[in-house]
Amino acid sequence: MNLKNKLLSSYIAYEDHLEADSPINDLKSKAIKIFEAEGFPSKKQEDWKYTSLNSLLKTDYSLSPRKDHALEFKDVKRYFLHDIDTYKVVFVDGVYSSFLSETTHDKIDVCLLSAALSKPKYQPVIETYFNKAAKDDSLTSLNTAFAREGAYIFIPKHIEVEKPIEIINFSTGNEAALMLQPRNLIIVGENAHVQIIERHQSLSENPVLTNSVTEIFAEKRAYLDYYKIQNDNETASLIDTTYVDQQEQSNCRVHTFSFGGNMTRNNLNYYQRGERCDSTLKGITILEGKQHVDHNTLVNHIEPNCESHQDYKGIFGDSSTGVFNGKVVVEKEAQKTDAFQQNNNILIDDKATINAKPQLEIFADDVKCSHGCTIGQLDEEALFYLRSRGIGQKEARALLMYAFANNVLESVKIPELKRRINKLIATKIGVNMGFDL
Amino acid sequence: MLQIKELHASVDEKDILNGINLDVKPGEIHAIMGPNGSGKSTLAAVIAGKEEFEITKGDVLLNGEDITELDPEERAHRGVFMSFQYPVEIPGVTVTNFIKTAINESRKAQGLEDMPASEMLKKIKEKADLLNIDRKFLSRSLNEGFSGGEKKRNEIFQMAMMEPKLAILDETDSGLDIDALKIVANGVNKLRSKDNAVIVITHYQRLLDYIVPDYVHVLLDGRIVKTGSKELAYELEEKGYDWIKEEVKA
Repeated sequence: MNLKNKLLSSYIAYEDHLEADSPINDLKSKAIKIFEAEGFPSKKQEDWKYTSLNSLLKTDYSLSPRKDHALEFKDVKRYFLHDIDTYKVVFVDGVYSSFLSETTHDKIDVCLLSAALSKPKYQPVIETYFNKAAKDDSLTSLNTAFAREGAYIFIPKHIEVEKPIEIINFSTGNEAALMLQPRNLIIVGENAHVQIIERHQSLSENPVLTNSVTEIFAEKRAYLDYYKIQNDNETASLIDTTYVDQQEQSNCRVHTFSFGGNMTRNNLNYYQRGERCDSTLKGITILEGKQHVDHNTLVNHIEPNCESHQDYKGIFGDSSTGVFNGKVVVEKEAQKTDAFQQNNNILIDDKATINAKPQLEIFADDVKCSHGCTIGQLDEEALFYLRSRGIGQKEARALLMYAFANNVLESVKIPELKRRINKLIATKIGVNMGFDL
Repeated sequence: MLQIKELHASVDEKDILNGINLDVKPGEIHAIMGPNGSGKSTLAAVIAGKEEFEITKGDVLLNGEDITELDPEERAHRGVFMSFQYPVEIPGVTVTNFIKTAINESRKAQGLEDMPASEMLKKIKEKADLLNIDRKFLSRSLNEGFSGGEKKRNEIFQMAMMEPKLAILDETDSGLDIDALKIVANGVNKLRSKDNAVIVITHYQRLLDYIVPDYVHVLLDGRIVKTGSKELAYELEEKGYDWIKEEVKA
């Protein structure tokens, strides 16, 4: 049975377990019909031209893992920001781990989507927000149909959350192959501030396919910093779709660090629904082997006087492939938009590939939009300069790669995280610099 | 210290150096002058080990060792330093971190431990003072947004830190106003000793008022066609290069 049919028949069984009067049941049955009609995206679709799911879909994934997943904290500690205090929402093979998590209901809600979906007290919030930012493309619909578990974060207005929140999805390898569909719902109230770190981590060589959907709502003057750390092992693939829905004067920044994994597809969609919104989308991608990362971004400028800043850096080694498909839409009403997009790529090896496609669709006439895209090799003159100062070739190359990616790191606001990512970059590039990064 | 024998070099099969002979002894300063395109910067780059240039014939000996097959970093470890005409910008790496890395990489190559942090700081402070370099300058990204003069001063700062045996200054005077020129020249003079040598490549005699050469060589079409004392530089300044071209033809 192919994966699509397996999912459809599994849905029939799953549907029987849904609570009859849940307000989201209608959404789910509509969603599964969309997926049934459209199936998985193929390379024939413009947005999927350079990323094929075919080989991933051939694996026979378990859709409902056994609940046998005791993980010791010491074994997974390194995947947490363990040197600082954080809230944690942790899932193991798609199931909430109360042992590894540290949730709260003290002024803010940092807990489980399953609880929010089933308990009456959350119902007004769910009805207002759940699936309201998400689009009805086939993969989001597939996730919606099966949406059961994930992080639920609600920050009421004027609250500045001091501790970062970590959302971590582990897969243990208990199943020969596993498909996960986490669903996160994040609401940042008026003038509230929060920092969130999201990570998917497989702990074995068994294949994992994750189809994750995150909806983020930023109310007036809300401030959100969201960090995605994609450093999974070579048998883990991730389709990560994020919707950011911004109200006026809100500021939402998403950093995506893609260093690992087999196939990673990021769909990052911003909708500016109020004036003077500020949106930042930044990424560093460093790949090797046969890794593939596809960044598909959309910034929809709907209202006037908003800004968006995109800056993606990619370093591609061996026969790795990258895609940057960045779309900026400035609607007719969105006068005085200031949109900036930058995408720079370095190909280290002859067989590495990047497909970069910046797209601007501008319907307003008084806007400032700029974009720049470069694809190149490491600068030979710069390499000679460093080597003539006694720095070996390998270190010189690393130093240049580090310098190339560096400005994206500068906007990381959590020092511990910044240090961690610096280390990941150094490890990934394969050297120890002569100074603390 | 440096002996260049019958050196021929080309880039993309185009001959640039056509039989250079040069003998630089410890403690000496040699100036190399010549019109545009005569091969001055190529000679500097070939000594420093730029791979773009192919040595088709001849030897470059540093203290008796042929260095033509060595990587640029290996030459640096043996005490060769080139001050670049166009230093490269390295965003995200501060001047301080860069020089620390450079020094410790060289020490590592010589089997030494990293320089202790306190010693490094002391040295940085001392050399920065020597070149009138502001402390703030040291925490800026290497060469990023530097003015022409700042870039050159930073090159000489790196030279001061690395204490090379053989320093090659490739048009270090270009883009410098007279005050900056004096500071740079003063820095170079203070670093001189009986054990090290300097090759100054320049278009103009101006720099040689401050860094006084023992020998002046004229490079023309990839050959040293005339060698003289510092007086030769004045003559060139006054009369240009045409008379030498005539002399060579004759």
